[in-house]
Amino acid sequence: MIESIFSLEILVSALRMAVPLTFAALGGVYSERGGVVNIALEGIMLVGAFGAVLGTYFTGNSWIGLLVAMSFGFLIALIHAIVSITFKINQVVSGTALNIMATGLTTFLSRLIFKAAGSSPHIDGMVQWHIPGIGGEISPLIVIMFVCIILSQIIIFRTKYGLRLRACGENPYAADSLGVSVLKVRYSGVLISGALGGLGGAFLSLEHARVFVEGMTTGRGFIALAAMIFGRWTPIGSFGACFLFGLAEALRMRLEGLGIPTQFIQMIPYIITMLVLVGVVGRAVAPAYDGVPFEK
Amino acid sequence: MIRRVIISILAPFFAVILAFLLGAVVIVLLGENPFYVYKVLFSNSITNVDGWGYVLFNATPFIFSGLAVALAFKGGLFNIGVEGQIYMGAFAAAWIGITVNLPPVLEMPLAFLFAMLIGGLWGLIPGFLKARFGAHEVINTIMLNFIAMALTNYLVNNPFKEQGQINPIPQTKELYSGAIIPRVYPLLNKIGISISSSVPLNYTLFLALLFCFFTWYLLERTRWGYEIKAVGLNPKASRYGGINPAYITMITMFLSGALGGLGGINDVMGYRYRFLDGFSHGIGFTGIAVALLGKNNPIGIIFASILFGILDRGALAMDVFTNTPRELIKVIQAVIIIFVAVGNELIFRLLTRLERERE
Amino acid sequence: MQDNYILETQNIAKHFPGVLANDNVSIRIREGDIHSVIGENGAGKTTLMNIIYGLIRPERGKILLRGKEVNVSNPAVAIKLGIGMVHQHFMLVPPFTVWENIALGKEITKRGRLDKDRTYSELDKLMKDYRFSVSLDEKVEGLPVGIAQKVELIKLLYRGVEILILDEPTALLVPQEVEELFETLYALKSQGKTIIFISHKLKEVLRISDRVTVMRKGKVVGELDRNEADEETLAQLMIGKTLEPLHSVASERGEEVLRLENIKLSPKLKQINLSIYKGEILGLAGVEGNGQRELLEIITGLAFPEDGRIFFLNKEIQHIDPRAIRELGIGFIPEDRQSMGLILDFSVAENIILGKHYKAPYTIGNKLNLPIIYQATEEIVKKYDVRTSSIYKPVRFLSGGNQQKVILGRELSSNPVVLIASQPTRGLDIGATEMIHSLLLDTKKEGRAVLLHSSDLDEIMSLSDRIVVMYEGEIVSILSPKKVDETTLGLYMTGMRKDPI
Repeated sequence: MIESIFSLEILVSALRMAVPLTFAALGGVYSERGGVVNIALEGIMLVGAFGAVLGTYFTGNSWIGLLVAMSFGFLIALIHAIVSITFKINQVVSGTALNIMATGLTTFLSRLIFKAAGSSPHIDGMVQWHIPGIGGEISPLIVIMFVCIILSQIIIFRTKYGLRLRACGENPYAADSLGVSVLKVRYSGVLISGALGGLGGAFLSLEHARVFVEGMTTGRGFIALAAMIFGRWTPIGSFGACFLFGLAEALRMRLEGLGIPTQFIQMIPYIITMLVLVGVVGRAVAPAYDGVPFEK
Repeated sequence: MIRRVIISILAPFFAVILAFLLGAVVIVLLGENPFYVYKVLFSNSITNVDGWGYVLFNATPFIFSGLAVALAFKGGLFNIGVEGQIYMGAFAAAWIGITVNLPPVLEMPLAFLFAMLIGGLWGLIPGFLKARFGAHEVINTIMLNFIAMALTNYLVNNPFKEQGQINPIPQTKELYSGAIIPRVYPLLNKIGISISSSVPLNYTLFLALLFCFFTWYLLERTRWGYEIKAVGLNPKASRYGGINPAYITMITMFLSGALGGLGGINDVMGYRYRFLDGFSHGIGFTGIAVALLGKNNPIGIIFASILFGILDRGALAMDVFTNTPRELIKVIQAVIIIFVAVGNELIFRLLTRLERERE
Repeated sequence: MQDNYILETQNIAKHFPGVLANDNVSIRIREGDIHSVIGENGAGKTTLMNIIYGLIRPERGKILLRGKEVNVSNPAVAIKLGIGMVHQHFMLVPPFTVWENIALGKEITKRGRLDKDRTYSELDKLMKDYRFSVSLDEKVEGLPVGIAQKVELIKLLYRGVEILILDEPTALLVPQEVEELFETLYALKSQGKTIIFISHKLKEVLRISDRVTVMRKGKVVGELDRNEADEETLAQLMIGKTLEPLHSVASERGEEVLRLENIKLSPKLKQINLSIYKGEILGLAGVEGNGQRELLEIITGLAFPEDGRIFFLNKEIQHIDPRAIRELGIGFIPEDRQSMGLILDFSVAENIILGKHYKAPYTIGNKLNLPIIYQATEEIVKKYDVRTSSIYKPVRFLSGGNQQKVILGRELSSNPVVLIASQPTRGLDIGATEMIHSLLLDTKKEGRAVLLHSSDLDEIMSLSDRIVVMYEGEIVSILSPKKVDETTLGLYMTGMRKDPI
């Protein structure tokens, strides 16, 4: 039984499940390290998923699809940034509103453009890359994901930008007193989270389902936030947590054969998320000024 | 006093106007005439009695949902889990309705109370997690939404599925007559208002209005309401005044969940007379918009619910008579939330600066 | 004789709501001096420094740097001009290491990445020049205050500041750390830096300064060279003459009602033994930050002591929550009325019942008895002369004085056995202040006990029957206002004198 759990098949499946979560969680890291809570990741993923299908469908080029996905995510994030940073509106309210908007917008555009209610036409996924040496194929997005994880770990913890980003989340007043533009840095964190979240959504529609379905993110944006918390707001930690969630997803497919009703299996990721949140209380500490608007 | 009312309506009013203007821009970009589209939107809803009937029917669940969100806001909490509380409460009511067969005067209150209890417990879970562990209620309430949908989906597909049903969407069998809330058209027709029998407006609306009163009463006239508001406004000074913020958090989430639990009554007991899988298409989320637009005030919530009731009714017509997809309404809804939040904030800052009394 | 004034302010003026923080302030700082600016809380020294550092804009006045007028619009500009400030509350990022905190905003990079090696070598050189020795690798959050302060200094030196402003630098230091700080300051001076030292601790000021400016109530009241200054002169200038005659009424002191035994709470409270009696006003004097706030929190149940006991009429209360403390009969007027004493968006009536809202007759069952609540509020509003157009109006819109009267009315109407009043007249005008003073005297006459915590020495002297002075977490003396003048009181408050207890 143990061997079958860790079979290659399961691990690969877990990795694929983890991809959208990881992109979103990475985005969350940038935003929250800068001090802005981004509940809108769910909506960002959704518009990213839609954008990917839109771009690919009309140009036949899935890379254009990725670009469109990133820009859609970027735009939603821009609204969130303006409302939360410049107008200092409560970040949860803003995020929730944007999630509602994303749901409406994507279905609206889907019906308008594809003339279909629930889902878009099917599209081809990305051309897979061959893995040199080992053989087999891998989605380019997975490679991009790993690159993003490693780059982000370096950027956030070893560069000048990352230092300033983290300072804005831990003590924006200290950063401000030293001439750092808290506003600009926080905006950048949120906008990056938009682009990354969009990529996460793109994987869902482009590589996973090969179609856009209304509401297809089903809470992944929130699960990604829990993974980010579990991963202590670090890129590598977030990936680890997302992988665990992905493993749970992959395993639950197995459970389906065992006679447990599917709906209970469906609940598992959400229950795990709640347990994770309770479990990390006290041990995982958010950036000190996360969610606190910066007022001079 | 009048001045105060006007100022408080300012932000919501302009937010709605601006949102519609934005919508108009989108419509123009789509190549349609916004005047025509908006005319279609509103003419089906408010120009005739039947239309109003549908509007009020639509508004009923929004009132409960708005009250639930508003109560939580007053306590300083975000209840994004109303959607889940609606499903749980609705199923609870349906369960009473198909299991117990009593005369209406007993059956209905039983169903209502059970819906409130189950909805309340569903709200208490994140409330407890917050009070005891400090876990933020936002993600927890959202997770519980998904869990509730899966749970009720299971229940309605398996133990409680109606035998030999024709409807492809799973549903329970029909409720006993004691749990069926009658429509209002007979009464209205009798008193001279001619309304068609196809209008599903039912007495749940009065239940909703009653709970508006109860919620107002709770917040303004009871000790619990006082403590809920105190903790929501200033937990530090509240602690000082001998109030226990953790305990109040749990009470607030329970009561909020209880209100949410009633959100599905209009559909389950007043319209379909059974629990239909997935019947709520975002009532819980509309509640957030309603609470914000109505400024967490029962009167405001009633008006906001009517507005969204109009939009929902009009959305249907929009689909049929125009080329503009009805989801534009949802987008407008989200834009309203943002504009209202920004407007409220700006006006609050302006007022605080202007109104300092000098003695 | 031509002095080199590196920094000058001319006629600086700044208002805050209700108070003139800086009134025509002109100071001159010589290059290379250690120049102290002293005064009590509220004297205006921190405001002046914040203006020089660009955190606040003055309404009037000029700042001159080496004779040329400068416009310091924000701290980044100040630093570029060579002016740096170390605040009482450090501007450090706790989870960052020392070197990260120093480098933030002026990072040395190599191809985009932080160049730790070069940063270290630069900082090592700097520390050697100024004779510092701080471990660059450690996270700031665990550091002792003295080291954290050095980090702040290195941060400024790294940016080439010439003028260093230190705001109450020894407030949080232990004696050993104070010595180290002084060594550092001498080293900096020998390197040509100018230091502005803000403090209320006269002993230290006399040791280290070349020149002293004294401020009081927003004005400069004296500027002396070191050799012209001594304890008495400075204390006199700082604290000033009594404005009002003593009008404390002699009264019968009753039984002991509150007793603190060996109360300890590190790091702020070392050892507190105190008794309060019915029928007296016990003044708690001392400069802010010497443990008074912590002491009051412990008495009122908002915090629990590590050690020691508190007896209220022979009942132990050191581990009881605020509601129970209040029910026993201890009332509290907190020092920050807006964040702790009132719920600003609640109405006057709602605030009046806070703390007893759950009791009959205000609540029966779960229902609020509004007529009784409003009636009680009207009575209290009338009795304490709270000026408001309506008791239904949010308390946010009342003036400070009236807000304070609401709190006082609320507490006094519960007939407390002990009333704790913390900074009760802070920020209030003369009329409101007089009224609150007479209310406190009435309270005493009724046989209750009053613990009056205040930074206003006039107030302490004129109202108290006995004065307890706190310094660095201990009681350094219990004085009678009839037998002591303000100068002497000032000496106790600033740690210059201490009586064996």
